[in-house]
Amino acid sequence: MPVADPDLVERLRGGDEQAFAEVVRLWSPAMLRVARAHVRTHASAEEVVQDAWLAVLRGLDGFAARASLKTWIFTVLVNTARRRGRAEAGRVLELERPGVDPRRFRGDDDEYPGHWRDEAAPVEWGPEPEVLAAEFRGLLGRALAELPDRQRAVVELRDVHGFDAEEVCTLLDLTPANQRVLLHRARTRLRGLLEEAIA
Amino acid sequence: MSGPRDPGTTPDALHDAAVRLACAELVEILTDYLEGALPAHDAAVIEAHLALCPGCAAYLAQMRATIRVLGHVPVETLSPEATSTLLAAFRERGPG
Ligand SMILES: [Zn+2]
Repeated sequence: MPVADPDLVERLRGGDEQAFAEVVRLWSPAMLRVARAHVRTHASAEEVVQDAWLAVLRGLDGFAARASLKTWIFTVLVNTARRRGRAEAGRVLELERPGVDPRRFRGDDDEYPGHWRDEAAPVEWGPEPEVLAAEFRGLLGRALAELPDRQRAVVELRDVHGFDAEEVCTLLDLTPANQRVLLHRARTRLRGLLEEAIA
Repeated sequence: MSGPRDPGTTPDALHDAAVRLACAELVEILTDYLEGALPAHDAAVIEAHLALCPGCAAYLAQMRATIRVLGHVPVETLSPEATSTLLAAFRERGPG
């Protein structure tokens, strides 16, 4: 967002549709991800985001700019999502525990128990541009869609949208420890998929 | 307080702890390490292990590469219908 916040608020208040379209385009993906962690379906999440934007439009003239526009919009969103989340029945628990395949480590009878077996140790992936190739971006994009919802929300907000740990805890109602567990599971899973694809 | 003779902080003790740390354990606490959530001593043991163990060093590099690729993945956004509903609501609201 090249526009400074006070400017942006003024443009929105002034009816600058292009500015509005731009913030909707920029922030809605992360808003969807947050909403989806609170409610059960994508359709519900989309309604939550839409309702949150409508609430923002109603509140725009009264917005005092004590917080940043983005913080305010995400606060409106989380409140909307929480209300909707409570109205829906309990969320699905995530029991899955992916990690690194235990067979890649030496057994308890080895001189170095729990250390990588020589033939199964990770190896460097080669030059960065290759790893950033469209093929691997697409693979991770598809893999994200298959993660359990809260793992997906945490890893996307952190690593795709660039929110910090504290913001993610607030947006998703997580303790710092739970935020780390979900981030760890998601990143571990995604690294494993890339490793398989690159090998 | 740890003195210079503290068995947990001498270079030899750090080296021993780094060798003893199982790679299977390291990969489980790597996110805590990257998040800065580990006590300083544990982080030092991890760093010493990474310096000794090419497998774990490669694993960490792969994890960092994964995080960088994630910064470039295409993201799901609002449906065109929802977006046009919002733009219509914005126009209706008018300036001020
Ligand atoms: Zn190791």
